Amino acid sequence: MNSETLDTLDSYSKNKYKYGFVTEIANEKPNKGLNENIIKFISQKKNEPEWMLNWRLKAYSKWKQMKEPKWANLNFPEIDYQDIYYYSAPKGFEKKPKDLSEVDPKLIETYNKLGIPLEEQKVLAGVAVDVVFDSVSVATTYKGELEKLGIIFCSIGEAIQKHPELIKKYLGSVIPPGDHSFSALNSAVFTDGSFVYIPEGVKCPMELSTYFRINAENTGQFERTLIIADKGSYVSYLEGCTAPKRDDNQLHAANVELIALEDAEIKYSTVQNWYPGDEDGKGGIYNFVTKRGLCAGKNSKISWTQVETGSAITWKYPSCILKGDNSIGEFYSVAITNNYQQADTGTKMTHIGKNTKSKIISKGISLGKSQNTYRGEVSFLRKADKARNYTQCDSLLVGNKCGAHTVPYIDSKNNTAVIEHEASTSKINEDQLYYCRQRGLSHEEAVSLIVNGFCKQVLQELPMEFAVEAQKLVSISLEGSVG
Amino acid sequence: MFLEIKDLSVKIENKNILKSLNLNVNKGEVHAIMGPNGSGKSTLANVLAGKEDYEILDGKINFKDNDLFDLNIEERAQEGMFLAFQYPVEIPGVNITPFLHSAINSKRKRMNEEEIDNLSFAKLLKSKASDLGINIDMLKRSVNTGFSGGEKKRYEILQMSILNPDLAILDETDSGLDIDALKIVTDGVNKLKTKDNSFLIITHYQKLLDYIKPDYVHVMVNGSIVKSGGSEIAAEIEKDGFQKFQ
Repeated sequence: MNSETLDTLDSYSKNKYKYGFVTEIANEKPNKGLNENIIKFISQKKNEPEWMLNWRLKAYSKWKQMKEPKWANLNFPEIDYQDIYYYSAPKGFEKKPKDLSEVDPKLIETYNKLGIPLEEQKVLAGVAVDVVFDSVSVATTYKGELEKLGIIFCSIGEAIQKHPELIKKYLGSVIPPGDHSFSALNSAVFTDGSFVYIPEGVKCPMELSTYFRINAENTGQFERTLIIADKGSYVSYLEGCTAPKRDDNQLHAANVELIALEDAEIKYSTVQNWYPGDEDGKGGIYNFVTKRGLCAGKNSKISWTQVETGSAITWKYPSCILKGDNSIGEFYSVAITNNYQQADTGTKMTHIGKNTKSKIISKGISLGKSQNTYRGEVSFLRKADKARNYTQCDSLLVGNKCGAHTVPYIDSKNNTAVIEHEASTSKINEDQLYYCRQRGLSHEEAVSLIVNGFCKQVLQELPMEFAVEAQKLVSISLEGSVG
Repeated sequence: MFLEIKDLSVKIENKNILKSLNLNVNKGEVHAIMGPNGSGKSTLANVLAGKEDYEILDGKINFKDNDLFDLNIEERAQEGMFLAFQYPVEIPGVNITPFLHSAINSKRKRMNEEEIDNLSFAKLLKSKASDLGINIDMLKRSVNTGFSGGEKKRYEILQMSILNPDLAILDETDSGLDIDALKIVTDGVNKLKTKDNSFLIITHYQKLLDYIKPDYVHVMVNGSIVKSGGSEIAAEIEKDGFQKFQ
């Protein structure tokens, strides 16, 4: 690698995080630390019924007996769970504001700065947004319009109040609280997140979207999202996330559950841009996320698309349980790590039903001194006749101090299963850079073009409104100039 | 002088490739450089384009009143230098349209010209492609990815016609082409030729020069130009090979 390339790479690794500002707003927090009183405090703040509190306390008692999963290729100091705030809300948020006139102008300004205007007329056409600030949902747009179709799109807190029958039936049905320590932790202390229910036969006419923002210091964000697509329905959902620049690490442990009934389809896209830490690896979000979808009914389909550019640590495996016959699970992922970021991400496809199909396309890009691991598990249970999986994992290394790792597990108990696996690792190619530059493109433009080309297969799976944004984000993650 | 190469000596990995090479090219001229394998022809092309693997030991290159060594690869390209590669590299996932669109605009920016918008560019690309007999479907594919040798070369000529360079260097563009492809490529070059641009055509075989008439032919052997003249030299080489120049 020649010196100019190294210079360019060096400038990339000093990339600036443009969402790193802090909103100065008075907030309300209980004491730090995790105990039964905190859980009772959260539950009370949310005005929850007793059954919900008991559900949380049960999860907490499970968590107390559990240890963090340690099998990932990640290095980080012990998390001190007693040194975290478990709830933070802007003052005066006892009740969710009825409309924007009740929202603190500072909050509206924050979201304008993030490019997420809350006024419906300014919102991206055809996208309904629920915005979550620290532990509370601030606003949900286009709610009225969706209600006419019988679609429920609200914060999970509101759903617990208004739709207890759905919550009782589905919450924790895909990710049991006792699954592992982060799911138990989330179940005990989750604060807000989104709830979606699409009634039978309804195709949701717009993209649903949640925007998560961590603002307060030393505060964990534990969001919980639950999406249910009833028979024959369709929904496309997108989440985005950012956080201010801080020198301390912050914990984000979300749980997302999807349920697709017969003939239903859920498309779930994530653009994750939490603060990644600075160029020396100081600060950044610890992102321990559990996402799991259940294709419960025949011919159902769940598709995960993720663009992971942020966080100091990403531990995330959006998975599909393919229970219904002929059901389909898909996972498309771009993970970019720079500086000292560490990502251990992938998916789990569990084939239970007959003729189930899964497809995994993973693109990992490592820069700086980062480590990027794809970890996947594809399993075929005994009754999964004629099930198929196709996996493709490609890694691109930029520079010579980073690492790319691929850890695929395959487990088949049915000999009619068909499994295809392709993997490649390549370095960014000097000849490609030379070629682009000979046509007049700058070094940075050339790298960005080549990396975007490498990710194209995944980026084109994103809803159109976000594909362009995601492309820009990919470029920004590489560039030093924007910020 | 449009392009002036003076006493150029270049080495790569302790091997001297170019030795006191001199060459002058005026506006509107077509020069052919012929020579046996390993004589340093491609090195000359890459040194002109600015590839960084070479060590310049001595000499100067002036291009359009610039000291060429002050400009990096992309600046040379933006100044109007184009290299049609001998082995065009594949760039998976990158479509020709945004690729060339950025390329043409970076050139226009340097020349303080207005950038060309998406729609006008798409039209330009289509019309140039049909001029060169290139199927529109080829424009939907990724740059050079999965192309045959002939397709890659035609694609180079298409890019050349879009970027409309002042100096086009064709590095063994004829290698690996059948007669039909060769005709398409050379037709493209002839269409582009004006009194304001120049061509440097590097080739091993005389065949190419049946289709493009050079004003000057230079014989390059062992890192230097040993003989210059008109197209009669090409005929000599055709008859007797490079033996007598060595």
